[in-house]
Amino acid sequence: MSGYLVRRLIESALILLGITFVTFVLLYMVPADPARQIAGRSATAETVANIRDQLGLNDPLFVQYFRYLGNLLQGDMGRSYLQRAEVADLIAARLPASLLLMVSAIVTELILGLTIGVVAALRRNRPADHTLMIFSFVSISAPQFVIGILLLYVFSVQFGWLPIGGYGTFAHLILPSITLGFLGAGWYSRMMRSSMIDVLEQDFVRTARAKGLSRLHIITRHVMPNAILPVIAMIGIDIGLFMSGIVVVESVFGWPGIGQLAWQAIQRVDIPVIMGVTMVSATAIVLGNLIADLVAPLIDPRIKTK
Amino acid sequence: MSDAQTLRPKSQSRFIVVISELMRRPRAAFGMAVIMVMVFGAVFAPLIMPHDPFEQSFDGLDLMGGPLPPGGDYLLGTDLLGRDLASRLILGTRTSLIIGLVANGIAVILGASVGIAAGFFGGWTAAILMRFTDLMMAFPALLLAIVLAAIFQPSLMIVALVIAMVNWVQMSRVIYTETRSLAEREFIQVQRAIGSSSLRILGKHLLPHLLSSIVVFGTLGISTTVLLEATLSFLGVGVQPPMPSWGNIIFENQTYFSTAPWLVFIPGLLIVLLALAFNLVGDALRDILDPTLKGRHG
Amino acid sequence: MKRNTFLAGVAGLALAAGGAFAQVNEDAPQGGEMVVTYQDDVATLDPAIGYDWQNWSMIKSLFDGLMGYEPGTTTLRNELAASHEISDDGMVHTFVLKDGIKFHNGREIIAEDVKYSLERVTDPTTRSPGAGFFGMIDGFDTWNAGEGDGLSGVEVIDDKTVQITLSRPDATFTHVMALNFASIVPREAVEASGEDFGREPVGSGAFRLAEWTPGQQVVFERFEDYHRAGVPKLDKVTFDIGLDPTVALLRLQNGDADVPGDGIPPAQFLQVMNNPEQADNVVEGGQLHTGYITLNTQMAPFDNVNVRKAMNMAINKDRIVQMINGRAVPANQPLPPSMPGYADDYEGYPFDPEAARAMLAEAGFPDGFTTELFVMNVDPNPRIAQAIQQDLSEIGVKVEIRSLAQSNVIAAGGEADQAPMIWSGGMAWIADFPDPSNFYGPILGCAGAVSGGWNWSWYCNKELDARAAEADAMADPALADEREEAWRSIYVDIMDDAPWVPVFNEQRFTLVSDRMAGDDSLFVDPVHIPVNYDYIYSVEAE
Repeated sequence: MSGYLVRRLIESALILLGITFVTFVLLYMVPADPARQIAGRSATAETVANIRDQLGLNDPLFVQYFRYLGNLLQGDMGRSYLQRAEVADLIAARLPASLLLMVSAIVTELILGLTIGVVAALRRNRPADHTLMIFSFVSISAPQFVIGILLLYVFSVQFGWLPIGGYGTFAHLILPSITLGFLGAGWYSRMMRSSMIDVLEQDFVRTARAKGLSRLHIITRHVMPNAILPVIAMIGIDIGLFMSGIVVVESVFGWPGIGQLAWQAIQRVDIPVIMGVTMVSATAIVLGNLIADLVAPLIDPRIKTK
Repeated sequence: MSDAQTLRPKSQSRFIVVISELMRRPRAAFGMAVIMVMVFGAVFAPLIMPHDPFEQSFDGLDLMGGPLPPGGDYLLGTDLLGRDLASRLILGTRTSLIIGLVANGIAVILGASVGIAAGFFGGWTAAILMRFTDLMMAFPALLLAIVLAAIFQPSLMIVALVIAMVNWVQMSRVIYTETRSLAEREFIQVQRAIGSSSLRILGKHLLPHLLSSIVVFGTLGISTTVLLEATLSFLGVGVQPPMPSWGNIIFENQTYFSTAPWLVFIPGLLIVLLALAFNLVGDALRDILDPTLKGRHG
Repeated sequence: MKRNTFLAGVAGLALAAGGAFAQVNEDAPQGGEMVVTYQDDVATLDPAIGYDWQNWSMIKSLFDGLMGYEPGTTTLRNELAASHEISDDGMVHTFVLKDGIKFHNGREIIAEDVKYSLERVTDPTTRSPGAGFFGMIDGFDTWNAGEGDGLSGVEVIDDKTVQITLSRPDATFTHVMALNFASIVPREAVEASGEDFGREPVGSGAFRLAEWTPGQQVVFERFEDYHRAGVPKLDKVTFDIGLDPTVALLRLQNGDADVPGDGIPPAQFLQVMNNPEQADNVVEGGQLHTGYITLNTQMAPFDNVNVRKAMNMAINKDRIVQMINGRAVPANQPLPPSMPGYADDYEGYPFDPEAARAMLAEAGFPDGFTTELFVMNVDPNPRIAQAIQQDLSEIGVKVEIRSLAQSNVIAAGGEADQAPMIWSGGMAWIADFPDPSNFYGPILGCAGAVSGGWNWSWYCNKELDARAAEADAMADPALADEREEAWRSIYVDIMDDAPWVPVFNEQRFTLVSDRMAGDDSLFVDPVHIPVNYDYIYSVEAE
């Protein structure tokens, strides 16, 4: 196991290294000149050239890349071209908002998904099951910006129950969390349903029934704990979905997280910020996958660590 | 008996079996119906559009420059430029389907090729290819797509390519796993032993067995593609105006969502319907073709 | 200027204010507070760097320069300077500082600080987007190129006196000294903060920074030792950041905000204007802004002046104005109507598609041609581009729209052979200071028609360049009228060459809560864009 862990850690590090390189090369190819963005309209060609020089933008790609990598390994993500602040500080200032949103989206999707999955499994092939499964199909087919704008329209504009976006109180958190968790709720409800059905068909459930235990007792004490574990193990993999989702959800709701930071940076070619957010997101995704892989065999002994 | 001799007639009859099996399932039949209607709309768009979708007519805006609500001469109202929304939505069907087919087609071919190559040849080829897919898996997909769209100034084909670049990974993992287990099976080993060329083994023996998965994940992938196109266009880095796409219709009109909600929610509903249709059909195909395929992560 | 708002960067010039006659109540009571909302984050509060819609007026309230403007107007006045003298040849400006003026850190401001501040903003390692404004100061060229050890034209005479020598007489110099970029900063604070000075600003303005939560809130509090007695009026200004204009409007209606910094959102505009209660609180101001289409004079077929003229006659500007709810007026020349030098009697090109088509045919394009229109991908610019596209298709010109991120449009415009047409919305030229000269140099003069420049028409008329230089050399205030006339004729002559299609001049509309008071001009201040925080007062104050 520890050998496996070490191997996976090394693999993860290599993947992140690869991502720094690919992202760097992609951003290098962007046609816009960051120096020109910085210099403003009153600048002469010499000033722009001077800024390019200062930022090292005239160096060959590999020189620039290794310089970036060297700094990154020392924990220095550089400074924003336009805000001049440390990229690490900019991300740190916004990460809590994004993490809060993600955690509450996970809670939302688990509550919604698991409930739907359990009910559907217990009412298998009855109308309730069919309705719920159609709902879960809709939830995986709906783009987040449509859900977000719809929720805003219904709950904020029409009923005026919740704020139209912004950040600060629990009320602000509700709609963005539902929007971000909606997709996952669809997946979890389907997984939970099939996991429940698997467990319900197992011998120990029949034994328990034969012993005359109550249905409620069997389901809450024996079936659900067994059925939930493999589903929970998937949470790590959700990070990837969330990292894409926050760009859209934060922009729809004006949520001050790293998704908005990334979007603004992309609009204005603020390369160090784009690099920084990409690296933070990729690290989160890699860690999520790693945890999911490590947790899976603990939950389901049939999966072996290779 | 060689697979090759029976492949053609068998696959034809199998096709019919699959279709009739699909139509017997209410959800899949609904999905098929939606797809049929959309394809019809896309193909015959010029004939059924009530107005010119590009015409910014003067009476398409109210006196204060606001869009017209549904009803009257403009069935679904007008957009902020005074263009007929219904006509733009119909033409937008084309955009979604073209992107869905082209982008997903590229992703399927790329993903399947990488998966097969890695699974069949194994060794270093597999190591390199699969590490690369791992790398792509760890990329925040939407960020990657936005950056790519910014580098290559967006056009319909560029958007399709960008989406394909982001979406092929899933397919390649599924196919890799399957190819690997197939490659170890007896009938492939036999072919190898008798010295059949790699190409022949791939084409005649492996591919037919992989077809089910390719069809299933290819269909589900269209849904992902449709959603990604809509999202990119919603962010303003997708299909270029004035070409309508459901996503960029929402992008152009979203500031009016509280006063003219139809401009956002009708195209939104269409996106959901199309993605839902492909998900329902894909899911049913998975049941029919291979009941052992399960779960979202292959 | 690259400030972003609903259509473009916007600078407001209060028409109602009518120059120096604004009714700003300097004796209004002090006390109370105000909440202002913005959508975009505040990037920096460093006066040498900040150049955005939301931080421009914030910096104006945190920092002062030698010169400033009468509140709500475009009339220059001395700010930190007690006096300002110009030599007869217009080449030497002598400023004497006021007595007892202090930075927020309590230290008294001396002449050395002026020199330090001007050298800092023009130092190439500062990478200030405003450095180029100071090009007329003697020694700028060498210092800004990274040579020498300072800006030789700036000389400290004694603790109170600084003398600035120019390399050419320049009538715009006093305006430049009133720009944010010319703000006086304390060396010790800048050196202590380094690149983070923009997060920890120390100036001598009416307010000081109290709190800053990135992406959420910025709080200003009154600077007790401000050099103008009785200013600022408010004790505290809170900026709530990250609020979409629609949300901002709702907050205002709920009484949770006082001024929506981004103005009234387009979709809610009619709703607000049709509600008498709210319409009462609307303040309207003119703009020092022009939205235009550049026609690349070095790319075929726009190298043909008749083609460019035909473009000017093909665009239905009234319809475009209707499309943006009438929040603009159609334009026919580069300068906006409220800018000195605007030609009232100039009629411009009429909207006449028939004549335009005939002119195209004459120029050798009876069947029109195909071209590209670049546009920034933020609403409503792609919509406006589509309206332009439709108009041009009427005269046979097929336009493909390239809707891209701002930086990509700027990059394309800066190359001679990339962008045949650009719609300027979102990146448009808005005045940095209220002088006609500001609309010429970088965007219409030869200096900007270089790779990486901002003259996206690549229009270079040597004769006009010479006349522009001549006009700016009229530094003697007595020549002001003559200078204005010179500029007026330059812009009219530019239109003969038709490098642009001027489309409209934006009007700004904003709302003010019942809690706030002050002359309307303060809420659409032409210099403290968008709002002059220093002189607005609270009706609750005693």
